[in-house]
Parts: sequence; structure tokens; C-alpha cells
Amino acid sequence: MKKRVPLIIIFCVGTLFVLAIFLPFPPFPAMEGEVSVWFDILKGFAFVLGGGNLIRVTADKIRKGHPDRFYLWVTLVGFFGMLVVGLLQLGGPIAPGGDFTTEGLWFRRIYDGIFAPCMAAIFSTLAFFVSSAAYRAFRAKNREATILLIAAFVILLGRTPLGNSLTAWLPDFLNFLKIPWLFEKILMYPNTAGQRAILIGIALGIISNSLRLILGVERSYLGGERS
Amino acid sequence: MNILKNFLLQLDRRIIYAAIALAVTIPLVLHFAVPLKPSPIVQSLFDALEALPPKSKVILSFDYGPSTLPENDPMAFAFARHLLTRNHRIYMMALWATGARNLDHTIEQVIEKEFPGKVYGVDYVKLGYKAGDEGLINTLFKDFKGMYTTDGHGTNINDIPMMKDITTLEDFDMILNVGSGRPGTKEWIQYAGDRGNIPIGGAVTAVEALLLYPYYPRQLKGLLGGLQGAAEYETALISKYPQFGTTGRQAQVYMGPQAVAHCVILLLVILGNVSYFLGRRRK
Amino acid sequence: MSLFLSVLTLSPLNYEYFAFDKINLFVILILLVTAILFFVLKARRGKTLSIRKIAGLEAVEEAVGRATEMGKSVLFVPGSRDLDDLQTLAGLSILGSVARMTAQYEARLDVPVNRSLVMAAGQETVKEAYLAVGRPDLYRPEMVHYITDEQFGYVAALEGIMVRERPAACFYMGAFLAESLILAETGNSIGAIQVAGTAMPVQLPFFVAACDYTLIGEELFAAAAYLSQDRRMMGSLKGQDVGKAVAMFAIVIGSLLATIVALTGSSFVGSLFRAFIRLFALNY
Repeated sequence: MKKRVPLIIIFCVGTLFVLAIFLPFPPFPAMEGEVSVWFDILKGFAFVLGGGNLIRVTADKIRKGHPDRFYLWVTLVGFFGMLVVGLLQLGGPIAPGGDFTTEGLWFRRIYDGIFAPCMAAIFSTLAFFVSSAAYRAFRAKNREATILLIAAFVILLGRTPLGNSLTAWLPDFLNFLKIPWLFEKILMYPNTAGQRAILIGIALGIISNSLRLILGVERSYLGGERS
Repeated sequence: MNILKNFLLQLDRRIIYAAIALAVTIPLVLHFAVPLKPSPIVQSLFDALEALPPKSKVILSFDYGPSTLPENDPMAFAFARHLLTRNHRIYMMALWATGARNLDHTIEQVIEKEFPGKVYGVDYVKLGYKAGDEGLINTLFKDFKGMYTTDGHGTNINDIPMMKDITTLEDFDMILNVGSGRPGTKEWIQYAGDRGNIPIGGAVTAVEALLLYPYYPRQLKGLLGGLQGAAEYETALISKYPQFGTTGRQAQVYMGPQAVAHCVILLLVILGNVSYFLGRRRK
Repeated sequence: MSLFLSVLTLSPLNYEYFAFDKINLFVILILLVTAILFFVLKARRGKTLSIRKIAGLEAVEEAVGRATEMGKSVLFVPGSRDLDDLQTLAGLSILGSVARMTAQYEARLDVPVNRSLVMAAGQETVKEAYLAVGRPDLYRPEMVHYITDEQFGYVAALEGIMVRERPAACFYMGAFLAESLILAETGNSIGAIQVAGTAMPVQLPFFVAACDYTLIGEELFAAAAYLSQDRRMMGSLKGQDVGKAVAMFAIVIGSLLATIVALTGSSFVGSLFRAFIRLFALNY
């Protein structure tokens, strides 16, 4: 019963949504938009589940004297701090459902002063990881790797003004040797061809996987045995 | 020679990180700006905006978070400058919850400072964030005001002059997406552009740009790929409208560190290969 | 609510009952569904189907075994999107197989997630896997735990877990965005065996560069079938190949027609080409 009900729901909703693409009369055309809003509402409520889990797991670790207690406290203080500041709209008039981006609100100050810089900082670590990955990965180990290396070199050069000026002196009939020309052609043709091939494979994989889910052939995500 | 060999073979990744940190910091401190010639894919979008008749209705969607702000903000700023200079009407919205704050940035940093004569509700409107991702685009396609019943300040949508003749997405002359993931330009193309033949322009992070090349030029009017795309758009904008020569160079300034960092990465790739061949010879 | 109101106010005379402008899509859909169903039924009747070796999936057991030997944990990341993304479901299916292995080997499993619904589904998946191999005693609900919905907050937490706990095996299976390289490089720096799988084309090069094995696009969706060796699931993969054959055929015909038009300028071939393109157009 615990598995059958979700499987029936998946079959009915999945079939309905596939049919909705081809049925132009109400309520089908508006269904996708409406249901995605329902899903968002559901997600909102589900946050309580996640938030509760975070508090429970973190508090448990603190209680057991976990060596990283300090970071665990930071998590708890951050969680409750932001929750209180947001719910009470500290620093501004209390207006339920009001704009959280209003000037002067503590929520906005924390967002601009802590949250946004922290997010940008983590994202910016990508620059370091890209460089160490490039140092290790782009090596002329064999023929394929050498082609990849040359393409990577052209693209990296093409992304800099140096790439433009390096080959600018070449006459027009040697245009095909100019870095900007090569840069654009690599992106437009081999890259597009590769992307399309992968995308077609993914699309077919999605169709096949969806069908497995709708028909109940694949049910491991429900935690159960495949029938 | 042996010292160099050992150094390269056992290169600590922290040295690589330090080299990148310096490559980014020094040009940033020195304000090393890089003007670039617009590439065809950027010029094509610039021309598409130029070709729109004045008072055209253009959606500017802010679909990015604070993490990619340095890369995406200059794109949004350049679009806002271009659209308002051409007297188009801007409808600012966000498919990302975190995009709403970036939308405010553009209003505060560009519209209010550089275009004090532009009137809210007549020349631009802040529609704000709505949940629903691509489902939202789907719904807006049929009933715009059904989803946006108020603007971002809570004003009734029917009381805003520039919203009077809007019923569906098809009433817009162009959609510009500044994004860094999903939902973003691809979703705007699939759920709005393709269905309603609405011209779409994209401005995305460099990594996301690769995915969008297949859509250009048929489904996508043009694309700003990463900071370089933004800097190229700024070049096109400044050469046509020189009044932005001092204020409109954010991406060009950020391009300095990026260009130097790219050169350092190229150097690292060369060093990586040298170390590989040295190591092979040793074996 | 508006959805129900629209049904109540529906007048049967005002609407078309089928979107004929999407007939091409409908035909393609029927073709693919028929092919997939045909092979699923064929497999059900006992027909043995083979599937090519996928190195990344062969390595899963080896990685779990290594973590057990070293007395270290296994980290599983089911992507950074919610349960409405098919890649997350594919990731959870693989999690089921990985959890069976960790239960059998008695290895520690850690699944930090960034969506509440994924957490609920993940807990159920892991619990059932431990039950299925007869080791419910080893299951702990906190094996699957929620971190935060915020993308880079989640990434920071994952990096912290990796650096502090130093898992011996890291699996990244699902939809990933800019965090892919950050995770894979951190995993690489701690010397973990890393297997990744995603259908996000932009992130694939990063995983390929920094991980030991990568499942590319459709391989992620095929993984559950591969790991389970379930006949019907493998049948659906065979049906998928029919779709691939149709796509290849269409690409060759389309390229040929476009080349002929470009070389000869023939208006007849031109109209044939446009009609052919129309077969796959989605401008409705």
C-alpha cells in the first residue's frame, strides 16, 4: 500500500501531463504552470522538514561533544539569527509579507553584508580550482588529449585580448589561422555538434527514464525493490 | 635543471592558487581595463536592440544570484543603459528569488543615477520575483497579469501606465535574460521565444554560454558570454553612445584580472606539459 | 483554484480537442514509446539483453570496497536540484544501489542534501536498501541529512565535510551547476576515488577533468538499470536506442538535403528540406 499509492499517483499524473501537451482546452494548457506553483508551495512546507533535520543533526553532534562544535554553533546561531531577523523584520516597520529588501532592514543588511559576499567568495574559489584542474588535466598524453589541449589553448587565448593581438598581423588570406576566427569556429561547430549529440542522448534518456517511472518499472527512488 | 624538474613534478597546488590570486588582485588594484572589439554574436544582439522602434516593450529578467553578481551585473547595467537611451520600456522581473535583489542594484546603480528623468511605471517597472521557474514563463505566456497582480512594491498592476496594454508574453517586443543557470536563457527560448516568435537575447556566465551556442542565430538574437561578452557589449555601446565612456566600463575593468588570470592558466598548462614530459623522460 | 474554475466554465463547443499543430511531436512520441514498450515487454518475456560496459559503474563497488578497507566513509551527493528534476531521481536510484553495497560492506555512508524533499526520499531509499540486504541495524536516519537550499552554502558545507572527514569514495550523481568543479577538485585534493554522473552538458568537462570516472548524460539515466541488471529496465534502454537511430537517420538526411541545396540551389530540394525541418519543428 505504501508503494502502490505513490505509483498510482505517478502513473496518473505522468500520463495526464504527457496528454496535456496535445490537449488545447482548459484546464490542460494552464496545468503545468499551476502545478509548478503547487510544487513550490509544497517545497515551502517541506522546508520545515529540512530545517528540523538540520537543527536535530547539529544539536545531536554538539551534545555528543563533536570536535567541530564551534562550526556547529555557527550553523545554529546563523540559522536562528536569520530566522528571527526575517520573521520580526527587525530594523523596519512590522508588516507581515512586506518587502524584505526595504532599506534599513537588518535582513537586507545581513543579505548584502554577509550572505552575498560569502556566496560570491565560494563561487570565486572556482578560479583557483579551474587553474589547478587545468594544470593537471590538459596534458598531451595521447592523440585525443593533444587535440583537446590545442582546442583548450585556442579557447583560452581567444578569451583574452592577447589572443586577438597575437595573430592580428596575419594577412587576410590566412584568416583561418587567426585566434578569434579559430575561437569562434571551435565554439560554433565542434562544440555545438558535441553539445547537440549529448543533448539528444540526454533527451532520449529522459524519455526512457520517464516512461520507466510512469509505468512503475523503476521504483528504486521510492526506496523499494524493482518489480 | 634537476631542481626545476623536481619543482614542476611536485608542484604544490597552493603555489598555483597563489599565482592566480596575484594575477587577479594586481590588475584589479591597478584598474587595468581591457577594451575589446565586439564579436559577431555580441554585435548581433546590440544591433537587434538598435533595430527596435522607440517605446518597444522589453522584458529584462534577472535570473542570477549573488555568487555571479560580478559577472552578470555589468550585463544588466549595459542592457538598462542601452534600452533607456533608446527610449524603450523595461519590464524587470526575476525567475530566481535571489535575482530580485540584483534587479534593485540595476535600478539604484544605473537607472536612478544615470537616468533621473525616467519615470517609474512609465519607462520602467519592477515586477520582482515570482516562483514557478519555467512553469512561470509558461503561465505568463497565456496570462501575464494573472501571475503579476501587483508590481514589486505592491501597487496594483492595472494602476501602472506601462502595464495597460500587456496581457500575454506575446505583447512584448523582446525578452532579455541575464542569467547564470536554470531557469535562464534556455528556458526563455524554449517556453517563450520558440512558441511565440518573441526575439530572445541572452547574457550569461562564460561557462553557461557554451550551452547556448546551438541556439544562435535562429532562436537567439545574440549572446553575451561571460565578462568578455559584457565588455564587448560595453565597447559597442560606448562607440555608439560616447556619454557612457566613463560610467559604462564595469566589465572592461573586470576583464583586466580575467585576461591576466587566463594568461597565467595558459602558462600553467604549458608548465603542466613540461612537467609531464620531464616525468616521462625520467621513467 | 483557477484551474478548477476553468474546468467549470468550459464550454464543449468552444475548443478544439487535439492540438494538430503538434502532430509531429505526437508521432515522434508514439514511435519512441512504442519502441521502449516493445523492448520492455520483450525483456519481460525472458529475452536476454546485453548492455555495454560502463567503466564508471564498474568502479562503484571497487570504490566502496576501498573505503571499507581504509575505514573511511563514502560520500554521496545526489545533485543540487530538487525532486522535480529527473536527474535527482536518477541519482537517488543509484544511491539505492550504493547503499546496498555500503550495508553489505559495513562502510559508513554520508548523504548531505540541499532539498528537504530529496532528504525525505533519500532517507527512504537508504532505509529500504539496508532492509533489503538484511542490515537494518546499521541504518541511521542521519545518514541522509539536510544542509541548506542555498547553492554555495551547500557547497561550502560539502567542502568542509570532505576536508574534515576525508571520505575515501565520493559519488556525485544528479544535476550539478557551478559547484561541480569545486566539489571534484576538493575530492581530488583529499585523494578520494571519485565517480560523477550528470546530464548537465556544461558541467561534464569539469567532472571529466577532476574525477576518476564520469557518467556522461544518458549514462546517468542508464545507471540504475545497469547496476540492478533488471531485465525490464534494460529493455527500456534498448528501446531508447531506436530513438537514437531515428535521430541519426534524421541528422544524415537533413545534412544531405542542406548540402544539396547549398551546392545546387535547387528549389525543389529546398522545399523538401524545409518540409523535412518542419517535421521536427516545435514552433507551436
